[in-house]
Amino acid sequence: MSHVVSPIRETLVSGGKSYHDVTNDVCKQVEGEPTKEWKIAFGVSCLVFAYGAYCLGYTWWQGIGVWGLNKTVGWAWDITNFVWWVGIGHAGTLISAVLLLFRQKWRTSINRSAEAMTIFAVLCAASFILAHMGRPWLFHWALPLPNTFGSLWVNFNSPLVWDVFAISTYLSVSLVFWYMGLVPDLATIRDRAQTKASKFWYGAFSLGWTGSAKTWARYEYVSLILAGISTPLVLSVHTIVSMDFATSVIPGWHTTIFPPYFVAGAIFSGFAMVQSLLLITRVVFKLEDYITIEHIEMMNIIITVTGSIVGIAYLTEFFIAWYSGVEYESYCFINRATGPYWWAYWMMMTCNVISPQLFWFKKIRQSILVSFILSVIVNVGMWFERFVIIVSSLHRDYIPSSWAMFSPTMYDIGDYIFSFGLFFTLFFLFAKFLPVINMFEVKSVMKGVSTNYPYKKKSSGEKSKETVH
Amino acid sequence: MDSTERYLVGVYDDDEEVLHAVTEVKSNGVKIEEVYTPFPIHGLDVAIGHPRTRIPIAAFLFGCLGLVCIFSLINYTMVFDWPMIIGGKDFFALPDWIPVSFEGTVLFTAFGMVGTFLVSNSLWPGKQPRTFDLRSTDDKFIMAINMSNNKKSEAEIESILRASGAVEVNVKQF
Repeated sequence: MSHVVSPIRETLVSGGKSYHDVTNDVCKQVEGEPTKEWKIAFGVSCLVFAYGAYCLGYTWWQGIGVWGLNKTVGWAWDITNFVWWVGIGHAGTLISAVLLLFRQKWRTSINRSAEAMTIFAVLCAASFILAHMGRPWLFHWALPLPNTFGSLWVNFNSPLVWDVFAISTYLSVSLVFWYMGLVPDLATIRDRAQTKASKFWYGAFSLGWTGSAKTWARYEYVSLILAGISTPLVLSVHTIVSMDFATSVIPGWHTTIFPPYFVAGAIFSGFAMVQSLLLITRVVFKLEDYITIEHIEMMNIIITVTGSIVGIAYLTEFFIAWYSGVEYESYCFINRATGPYWWAYWMMMTCNVISPQLFWFKKIRQSILVSFILSVIVNVGMWFERFVIIVSSLHRDYIPSSWAMFSPTMYDIGDYIFSFGLFFTLFFLFAKFLPVINMFEVKSVMKGVSTNYPYKKKSSGEKSKETVH
Repeated sequence: MDSTERYLVGVYDDDEEVLHAVTEVKSNGVKIEEVYTPFPIHGLDVAIGHPRTRIPIAAFLFGCLGLVCIFSLINYTMVFDWPMIIGGKDFFALPDWIPVSFEGTVLFTAFGMVGTFLVSNSLWPGKQPRTFDLRSTDDKFIMAINMSNNKKSEAEIESILRASGAVEVNVKQF
């Protein structure tokens, strides 16, 4: 094992924890009775879920005519919410895959919950995909299955079909990645289990894991390769989502900057969502020693970087709209900033471009309260970004007689509420029944980043010389 | 095969210690069956003498299989079975097929590799593990020595284990 203690890095695990303390601290909330805070939070999210499920059920029953869509604005909250949730999901894969490839040790405390968030966010996104199909029970028509129409196949030249493949691959590969990461930790819980039920369930899901050296050696390769294929996968997913728009002929959508701009936006909003969730989780489960100010600061730095990329993309888009000389394109962008949806545009600009710049100040970057508020603001802004792209590009059709505005109905809003209910219900279930921190990965990097280990090394001097990676 | 297998189990406190202990115990002529650790220790499998894993090869082959399968499907549906005239363009529209081919490759790689991993380590839902020490998934590093593979006496091996830094030496029978 190699441990380089860097003098400029701050500690990632504070409180002088031992390996056993890590196990205890993380398993505590899995093994104990649910706390009162958890019960209240879970109850509220179940209520939200139930109300949302009613609205979504009504939408499915009646059809999407219950939404506020009209002949001109044929996509609105549905696709806005879909893109928003998929984007949020990207941070989990980014933290677990890209930061693993870059050997960033700070990812270890947050990757588990970030990956869980990815899966739940993609499920929320999928609910809008299903709903916007109008007849969700025919969703399998989007898959290349033999059928009685000929066989009539799907059109593999269509970005919408690419999207079906991208999202379903992304969901299933993320699920596998997350579960493989969970197996060793589930075995830890199994080996500590006191009750019959937990012995049975954690035993069943830990697949008989023992942690033998041979298994670990293979496991490390599996993680590395999963990270290696997830990295281009996550980039491809939002690239393809952006191509849903970019390959169309709608002014405001038909731009080549979309793939990188969407990917940056996705990472931006995803990190903001991880930040919001972690700031709550660390307090509720008393994990302040594992999710430290250092982690929060790192996240804020990434939010600033990606927020700035997004800002540059907004400006570039505007510049190109003018520079291209295409009148439709220029009009679309001027209309965005000054037309009837000006408020959405400036909301997006303020939340996404201006507010993350506050993180240039170290004091703000390290303030928990400000970090939380800004992370929520960023996600509000990112929702408006998608709304602006979709609705403001559509609502002024080519003929002024077709111009229209979009106003949401209670079912537009209710279906959005459904996704929050689903997301938080799943997240609270995860936080109660599964270890929210990747114990084995935290243990594996503790030497060098913990307040305990770098100083209290028991091994002799000659051994500690071998600290080259 | 013997109905009962007798093991000596060395318990270590520290990951670096167990890594050095493996080399030390081996140099004393003791055959180590396996070492169980709460987290991966780089170089431990090499020190024990396990052969290098071929998982990456499996992953690559599954990726190739995925690419061939998905590409054949697209080619069959779009060129042969139901060609569609889209602006008079080629039925064989290679650039348009890249995204789905890529996704299919990734899907096959991930599932094929993880499946291979589970099969090669014989891990399955509900499997009862053979646990030498329950603390090996918590904070202890466990070295298992199968007595039937070793000619040295138990007392001898125990002293070698203790000399290499084991804090406990237990006997375990299966």
